[in-house]
Amino acid sequence: MNRLSWFNVTSLTLGFAFLYLPMVILVIYSFNESKLVTVWAGFSTKWYGELLQNEAFLDAAWVTIKVAVLSSTFATVLGTMAAYVLVRGGRFLGRTVFSGMIYAPLVMPEVITGLSLLLLFIGIGLDRDVLTIVLAHTTFSMCYVSVVVSSRLMTFDRSLEEAALDLGCSSFDAFRLVTLPIIAPAVISGWLLAFTLSLDDLVIASFTAGPSATTLPIKIFSAVRLGVSPEINALSTIMIGIVTVGVISASLVSKRNSLRQQREEQAAARAA
Amino acid sequence: MQRFALIAVPYVWLLALFLVPFIIVFKISLSDIALSIPPYTPTLEDGFGPFFAALDFENFAFLASDDLYWRAYASSLRIAAISTFLTLLVGYPIAYAMARAPEEWRPTLMMLVILPFWTSFLIRVYAWMGILSQEGFLNQFLLWTGIISDPLMILNTNTAVYIGIIYTYVPFMILPIFSALDRLDGSLIEAAEDLGCSRLQAFWLVTIPLSKNGIIAGSFLVFIPALGEFVIPSLLGGSGTLMIGKVLWEEFFNNRDWPVASAVAVILLLILIIPIILFQRNQQRQAEEEA
Amino acid sequence: MTQAVFAPWDDPSQKPIIRFNRVTKRFGEFTAIDDLTLDIFEQEFFALLGPSGCGKTTMMRMLAGFETPTDGTIELAGQDIAPVPPNKRAVNMMFQSYALFPHLSVYENIAFGLRRGDMPKHDIDDRVAEMLKLTRLEKFARRKPHQISGGQRQRVALARSLAKAPKLLLLDEPLGALDAKLRQATQFELMDIQEKTGTTFVIVTHDQEEAMTVASRVAVMDEGRVIQVATPERIYEAPNSVYVADFIGDVNIIEGTAKASGEGRFDVVWDADKEPFTAASELPLSDGQTCHLAIRPEKVTISAERPADAVNAVEGKVLDIAYLGNLSTYHVELPGGQIIKAQTANTRRVSRRGFTWEDPVWISWTATAAVLLEQ
Repeated sequence: MNRLSWFNVTSLTLGFAFLYLPMVILVIYSFNESKLVTVWAGFSTKWYGELLQNEAFLDAAWVTIKVAVLSSTFATVLGTMAAYVLVRGGRFLGRTVFSGMIYAPLVMPEVITGLSLLLLFIGIGLDRDVLTIVLAHTTFSMCYVSVVVSSRLMTFDRSLEEAALDLGCSSFDAFRLVTLPIIAPAVISGWLLAFTLSLDDLVIASFTAGPSATTLPIKIFSAVRLGVSPEINALSTIMIGIVTVGVISASLVSKRNSLRQQREEQAAARAA
Repeated sequence: MQRFALIAVPYVWLLALFLVPFIIVFKISLSDIALSIPPYTPTLEDGFGPFFAALDFENFAFLASDDLYWRAYASSLRIAAISTFLTLLVGYPIAYAMARAPEEWRPTLMMLVILPFWTSFLIRVYAWMGILSQEGFLNQFLLWTGIISDPLMILNTNTAVYIGIIYTYVPFMILPIFSALDRLDGSLIEAAEDLGCSRLQAFWLVTIPLSKNGIIAGSFLVFIPALGEFVIPSLLGGSGTLMIGKVLWEEFFNNRDWPVASAVAVILLLILIIPIILFQRNQQRQAEEEA
Repeated sequence: MTQAVFAPWDDPSQKPIIRFNRVTKRFGEFTAIDDLTLDIFEQEFFALLGPSGCGKTTMMRMLAGFETPTDGTIELAGQDIAPVPPNKRAVNMMFQSYALFPHLSVYENIAFGLRRGDMPKHDIDDRVAEMLKLTRLEKFARRKPHQISGGQRQRVALARSLAKAPKLLLLDEPLGALDAKLRQATQFELMDIQEKTGTTFVIVTHDQEEAMTVASRVAVMDEGRVIQVATPERIYEAPNSVYVADFIGDVNIIEGTAKASGEGRFDVVWDADKEPFTAASELPLSDGQTCHLAIRPEKVTISAERPADAVNAVEGKVLDIAYLGNLSTYHVELPGGQIIKAQTANTRRVSRRGFTWEDPVWISWTATAAVLLEQ
């Protein structure tokens, strides 16, 4: 089925216009001279300049990146372990509880996750700081990582690990030398997912951040509550730009790799 | 030993930072508010005995007696249900067109649907503020075309909340429906037409039933997070927009009534359990069908 | 000049390299291997043959160390291997899927096992070069597994599992993924490599032709038991049960009751109104015992008249004729309704077919052509 009717073309056009137009407008108006965000008064990059002068935003950005790098790294390690346990761990006491705890945070409203973590941190007397945000983000991102990695592990040919054992590897070596290099793309996309989740998160960070550690989303949220501002438009444009470049280049690289692999497989089959 | 450590590390982490906090929420929902820090009594510092002993259901009784909470739950359910349905109406034609698009376009179309996922949720909601406001782009456009003579009030109403939910969650609807339609064997439609169906009948009798699993999965993926949504109602909704996520936030940050906030969370969770279980069942059945 | 026949299993002084001693393996309720005893000797090319689910793969995985027996012991060169983990066993396995590491080159795949030990680097290089030569893969050393063909991948898997010079090489359906033509050529290559390296091979297969071609001995398995272990000729010509006779090749089975008619001879009554068949057998059958006659179609002669000197002859009519090119198979219906298959070789290119549908014919066979089976 690949003949597009006019109806299909219309739905695609309108659909993608709906998805992208708001962001396109945002980007365009970030270069607006006027302070009035909905009236075009000529091209200017002055809001970017002002943004770079705004220490509060820069500080928040720095905290956000720190939190994102730390939490996504911890989440990747823990989430990969959890995925391995889920797919390869066999049976152990409390397995159902474990898999429940992996999947529950995915559907848990953020307000509840945030609230419960805050109550824990206060209950044990932990001061709210960068550390508490990192702990909170690690906990919910590790579940996303483990879903990504476990779906890769499920299609992983188990005989590869057995072959490594058969050829003299310990089970740790088999993981290090065979499993990990093969599932690496899934682990990397798990890390990226955890990183963007942490970068994006407003609700959980609001609950778990103390006054000394404000993240960028918290900053943006308190600014936009008062209305649209050109500085926020500029900031949004930068973030959209980074993500777009990142996602498109990642998908181009993976597409090129899979095309090359396909070509080489065909060449090998022809040569035989 | 290795295996034990492998299981124990993530297990203990989740127990400590997911399950235990949860039990604390449950517990505090059964405590009394107090003018202290933390603002509830008894606290853990009083020891485990009293902490668990002095439990009462006052907070729940309070929630039941104050119709603000009833209305908030009911309105959250209504907003989530209506916006899920609207998202389906928007998402299905897009997914359908993607599945009918030439094979070599599909990965690109998929990427275009997924790309907004990676951009900040907050920014995507924020983008609509400039569009929907009184002097925003939508009103400018409508005034310019002459459809309306006075600007419409859209921002700070429930309509804006629906638009926000549809916009941010439509990829969740498109992807499962697309994957169901993508696997659909085109010859089934041809067979239906060969057996006398019109195009529309074939769509209704073959395509829709065979994409049922995708529709169900997509609907839950929109409904569940929409129910507890906070950012969209607080940025796009008005003072009249009652959603439970927002109530919880205000109860916690503005009124500092932690026990009531916890009770609100516990009830929200109880409401969510039903759709979550239904969703899980649907996923499981689908996995079994494929196996 | 007579050459010593390779038959260590007939020599009581030979010690087996592998000994399964009353091994049972259960998975929950399911019994995969049921009280199995089996010896495999050094330098043998031993085939485990059976339908899927018969337990042959479980046996192989127990040898490799991925499963442990529920009961009984497995000895490798006289030592119980139950406590030895897979990575410490002098046993290597070639996987059905080949399990080549996709991120490593052909060279690195073959060197993988060697690098696990403390072998010096130049020795590893030499050994890998030797393996590449043995499997004719020298040109492909630097390629990744996806850059070579299926047949080449199969040889890489073989080279990798042989590189550590294991005492025992396990091959799990090694030719299953190859197409029919390549499979035949590869069978001979496998036998060649086995002979050159002198390694003991245990192959698991469901393909009876493959087992018969490559193996020195074949174990026919069913439902966790070994039904018969013997050389390919004996499996074919002297099956010990209807199951084996039926599993290997084509066979006619006639059920009847036995009656001793002389030293090592029996009359088999198969139809009260008909003359009984005569068969030679060493079995100690009592009179009136139920038994089965197994006759291979190529040992049944078909003729227009009753052959004068025939021991066993019966009249029937031609029901179907299958022309297979090199052979023709006639399905002959006996008066009682039983169908007997008779095969004739088409040795001349242009020959008139002697019989056609509905023709009355005689089929016959000698007293030693049929095998008498108890079960």
